[in-house]
Amino acid sequence: MVWSKYWLMPLALISLALLAYGLFLALFNSPADYQQGETVRIMYVHVPTAWLSQSCYAVMVIASIGSLVWRHPLSDVAAKAAAPLGATFTAIALATGALWGAPTWGTFWEWDGRMTSTLVMLFIYLGIIALWRTFEDQARAGRIIAVITLVGAINIPIIKFSVEWWNTLHQPASVFRADGPTMPMSILMPLFVMFFAFSFLFLLLHFIAIRAEILRRRVRALERRNAQRLREQTI
Amino acid sequence: MNAFWAVVQRDIKLATRIGGDAMTVVLFYIMVGAIMPFAIGPDKVLLAKLGPAIIWISALLSLLLALDRLFRTDHEDGSLIAMRQAALPLEMIVLAKLLAHWITNAAPLIIATPLLAILLNLDVDQTIKIIITLLLGTPALVCFGAIGAAVTVTIKRGGLIAPILILPLSIPTLIFGVSALSTGAIESSSGAAMMFLTGFTLLALAFTPFATALALKMGAE
Repeated sequence: MVWSKYWLMPLALISLALLAYGLFLALFNSPADYQQGETVRIMYVHVPTAWLSQSCYAVMVIASIGSLVWRHPLSDVAAKAAAPLGATFTAIALATGALWGAPTWGTFWEWDGRMTSTLVMLFIYLGIIALWRTFEDQARAGRIIAVITLVGAINIPIIKFSVEWWNTLHQPASVFRADGPTMPMSILMPLFVMFFAFSFLFLLLHFIAIRAEILRRRVRALERRNAQRLREQTI
Repeated sequence: MNAFWAVVQRDIKLATRIGGDAMTVVLFYIMVGAIMPFAIGPDKVLLAKLGPAIIWISALLSLLLALDRLFRTDHEDGSLIAMRQAALPLEMIVLAKLLAHWITNAAPLIIATPLLAILLNLDVDQTIKIIITLLLGTPALVCFGAIGAAVTVTIKRGGLIAPILILPLSIPTLIFGVSALSTGAIESSSGAAMMFLTGFTLLALAFTPFATALALKMGAE
């Protein structure tokens, strides 16, 4: 808690700077697509948020392993804090994808491999968020939710490889491929800048959420101790 | 092995007693399946086309409702604590309970399927195929349900949380269960779909006892 306070302002500044630079590159300094025209610029928000939604789940998986193997209380908090962020990134990815699909593919939604498995990942996120709210004992909740997070992790490789395994409307992998990316640097550069911008934003929000959760637990512990003290006074 | 079969026998006895409600699952299954034509309309061709999907969704929902009973009574009367300390590994006890749960909940469901098939205008061929897919797929549904039940056993008023957690896991089983009749999400031959279905069931049987036992142990302290 002590040293994390000093990271917040630098992280915020870096995120803002990268977001500003990335948006400038994406909106003004990159070429329009020869087929899609200006709508290709949605990609600079859609792709980084999609990558981040999966990375967020990976963060939750690592935190869950920390909960189960080392019983570290900070892992519980980190997993709990990352879930709403991941759900939001997934929702943004799905929404921007739908907005992109409407003018380019003619449809807002298609039940193809990638969209379906990403929707399933959103449901898993929302289920985990709901679980956190249902438990009273947060320590036990952390361990149990760690198990369900690990079970749901099977969905991540399914999302990644869905464009290869099935004939799908969503375009196949064009950046993280064995043969290297198929996009030129003029498009890759804004993409990576936006990705780093969103990553630093996630780091910032994750830190803030972890600090908030720790404070929330301290408040609850103090309230409980106070209630106990009041009960002993009246006896 | 004696302990394993003792647990199976115990659970079957508990489920078929007056306090246990095994038949309500079958009743719910038939009623959900019978209610669908009220919403869809009496068009027989359409009902036959949607029949496999309706049967599978009814089975899925009925099993989801039934799985709260899997661990809750044991948790409430303390048997779960005894099971954790038992000589038989908790994973085997979970497997025994899953087997008993399947016998008392899923098997009656499958036996009642021909009745639903008549209501939904399916012919004998399709009915037999649906029964085979249910036989192959309901163990997977029961196993995935066990994970949800184990995770939510310590919550007093969980409500719909367990089904919410299990539905994403049940999606592949549902997809392949229905497409074995070539009317579902994927165009595949029955043989391929049934092999996928069997694969999922075997996968579920292999790893869900470990995940379930882990969730039960984590809920203990």
